[in-house]
Amino acid sequence: MDNQTTYNYKVVRQFAIMTVVWGIVGMLVGVVIASQLSWPELNFGPYFHFGRLRALHTSAVIFAFGGSGLMATSFYVVQRTCNTRLFSDKLAAFVFWGWQVVILSVIVTYPLGITFNKEYAEMEWPIKILVAIVWVAYAIVFFGTIAKRKVKHIYVANWFYGAFILAVTLLHVVNSAFVPVSLWKSYSVYAGAVDAMVQWWYGHNAVGFFLTAGFLGMMYYFVPKQAGRPIYSYRLSVVHFWALIFTYMWAGPHHLHYTALPDWTQSLGMVFSLILLAPSWGGMINGIMTLSGAWHKLRTDPVLKFLITALSFYGMSTFEGPMMAIKTVNALSHYTDWTVGHVHSGALGWVAMITIGSIYYLIPRLFGREQMWSVRLIETHFWIATLGVVLYIASMWIAGVTEGLMWRAVNPDGTLTYAFIDAVKATHPYYVIRFLGGLMFLSGMVLMLYNVIRTASAGRPVDAAIPAVHAHA
Amino acid sequence: MSDFYSSFWGVYITVIVVVSLVALAFLVKSQAVVKVPKGEKVKTLDHVWDGDLQEYNNPLPSWWIGLFVMTIVFAVAYLALYPGLVLTGNMKHWSARSQLGEEVAKADAKYSPLYDKYLKMPVEAVAQDKDARDMGKRLFLTYCLQCHGADARGAKGFPNLVHHDWMYGGTPDRIVQTISGGRHGQMPAFGAAFGEEKVRDVANYVLKISGNKYDADRAGRGESTFKQVCAACHGPEGHGNTDIGSPNLTHPSGVWLYGKNEATIIETVTNGRSNVMPAWKDFLGDAKVHVLAGYVYSLSHNAEQNAQ
Repeated sequence: MDNQTTYNYKVVRQFAIMTVVWGIVGMLVGVVIASQLSWPELNFGPYFHFGRLRALHTSAVIFAFGGSGLMATSFYVVQRTCNTRLFSDKLAAFVFWGWQVVILSVIVTYPLGITFNKEYAEMEWPIKILVAIVWVAYAIVFFGTIAKRKVKHIYVANWFYGAFILAVTLLHVVNSAFVPVSLWKSYSVYAGAVDAMVQWWYGHNAVGFFLTAGFLGMMYYFVPKQAGRPIYSYRLSVVHFWALIFTYMWAGPHHLHYTALPDWTQSLGMVFSLILLAPSWGGMINGIMTLSGAWHKLRTDPVLKFLITALSFYGMSTFEGPMMAIKTVNALSHYTDWTVGHVHSGALGWVAMITIGSIYYLIPRLFGREQMWSVRLIETHFWIATLGVVLYIASMWIAGVTEGLMWRAVNPDGTLTYAFIDAVKATHPYYVIRFLGGLMFLSGMVLMLYNVIRTASAGRPVDAAIPAVHAHA
Repeated sequence: MSDFYSSFWGVYITVIVVVSLVALAFLVKSQAVVKVPKGEKVKTLDHVWDGDLQEYNNPLPSWWIGLFVMTIVFAVAYLALYPGLVLTGNMKHWSARSQLGEEVAKADAKYSPLYDKYLKMPVEAVAQDKDARDMGKRLFLTYCLQCHGADARGAKGFPNLVHHDWMYGGTPDRIVQTISGGRHGQMPAFGAAFGEEKVRDVANYVLKISGNKYDADRAGRGESTFKQVCAACHGPEGHGNTDIGSPNLTHPSGVWLYGKNEATIIETVTNGRSNVMPAWKDFLGDAKVHVLAGYVYSLSHNAEQNAQ
């Protein structure tokens, strides 16, 4: 029903619910593979083996959980800040169902061992084509809505969502270039070091645009809304937006330090990764300083706690990232669990927490309620999740540095002090702690699902009316 | 630069990098001037979205600008000293390859004397020397354990080095030769030539000569095939030949690299086997190979030390 007097909340509701569902699925697979690393006996048969489930975990949390969260919030934010209904209801519905088909195809094909063998892009070519089609539809709905906006200026959140949508299109097309040999097998068109560089240009920009720019869009709407305060600095948002989207494109080679990649490429990757520190922190400053004058709200509002803690983890991991990109630090950290810890301080601390906060903001509004069914349950969720992240990243720091030091230790005769298995044994207790941290984070998501179901069943789906445009907007 | 066929790419990369750094610096500078005038309060901009969304226009924090500028300055300095601007080369003449070369040379200068002194000793004497044996063990745990295992007892497809039965001979010279030059063992596939029945017959003959349970009818039929075909490598009695690495098939507790049940032997005869021990001479050098050979020799010869 194309009703131009209300916002299209239906697609937002669908994506918001699926964000929680896919969050539980993706994190459950994460807990499973963490337990497989702790207790290898849990690797059953080819379908339930770490090697196949690991790709399922990363794709499920990034594209199913993160992607649904980004689509839910971007469709909500773009409508409300443009004072207009989505460009096309039919196309928006296609984006929702198309994306769910992509996710289900991934869930079926990965355990079967059908893989393109590129990290974070393991789907085989028929799924890749479907991703491209759905993504173009998503872009048309988003930018079409911007084009028919009823206010003059484009709100900052939409810059970030827009950059994320455009960049991911480019990344997906270039990195996925394939030569099919059968219905379920294709090969990359690139070879050797070039293939590795394309892979990490894609991989790091998936972090930069999918997991950073998109979620900064989320931040720029939900933090000022929940805090009830204006954004700290428009000027800062301009500078850090352009600096961030420009600089991220250069950072990929830091994943390939001390490899066959040419020296000059490695150096450029390193220095631009360092330059990325200030633009990243610009977003954190703008978010956290937005709270000035409303700090007291942090005491009572668990949703705001999620949002602000997310920004703190964002600041921490975007400091850690440039440091790890320095070649001498990387010589220690590369290939260790430190990298895994770093990724999760971003993925759990920043991406998941900002999403969880935003979905808690959305659900009551989408179902005509004042607030979530239980605010105390949100508070419990917050503490379980925070403790889970801390356990996760602290254990991986210790494990990673231990591995790095053990691998490079040499005896007086120049031989290695430790065999590889010695480092595996030394890190085992931290693998168990990591498993517990992940389990806590997953438990929080289950509480969230319960709270969401109670809220939704107490309310009923509503589509808010589009208000008259402010004269001076 | 050797990375490219054409010098154009050096110019291309350098121009893009320099323009990018200048553009970033300009972006910061263009927005860095604003301070809130004294006595004035920061006001929100004149736009409102979605009812109440507004923006202040605070100046950029000066420490943040400082951080940004510092990273750009670092980038310029680093790209002058290290490879990056392909066109200009780098002032330190650094490359990953040259760093590796320097570190290897340094390590060789430091550690080589420790190993070189054992080159003059026969392998048997190295095996008796506790220090040498310990060094050999550490080399073994670094380079050999992946295949032969920490206890050197091997695994399916990987020979047991504690055992007395040697595929290529267990004399000191042979052990040095195996480690230095590596080995490539090949058993041809006979599945197509023999057919299923004949393969099973030969397998039962092999079970018979190795002292295992066998089917007498089949073993009887298999004997002639063995003597006509298999004997070429394994010898008429099945004793094998350490010159070509064909295993002794009469040793009930011998090598049996892949297992000695009927099904495995059938698999071996049908599909053949191909197995590789890598060559270590170029990577480790003669002295380390010598020390390593001493340790490997000691595993099957120094009963009293192994018991310690």
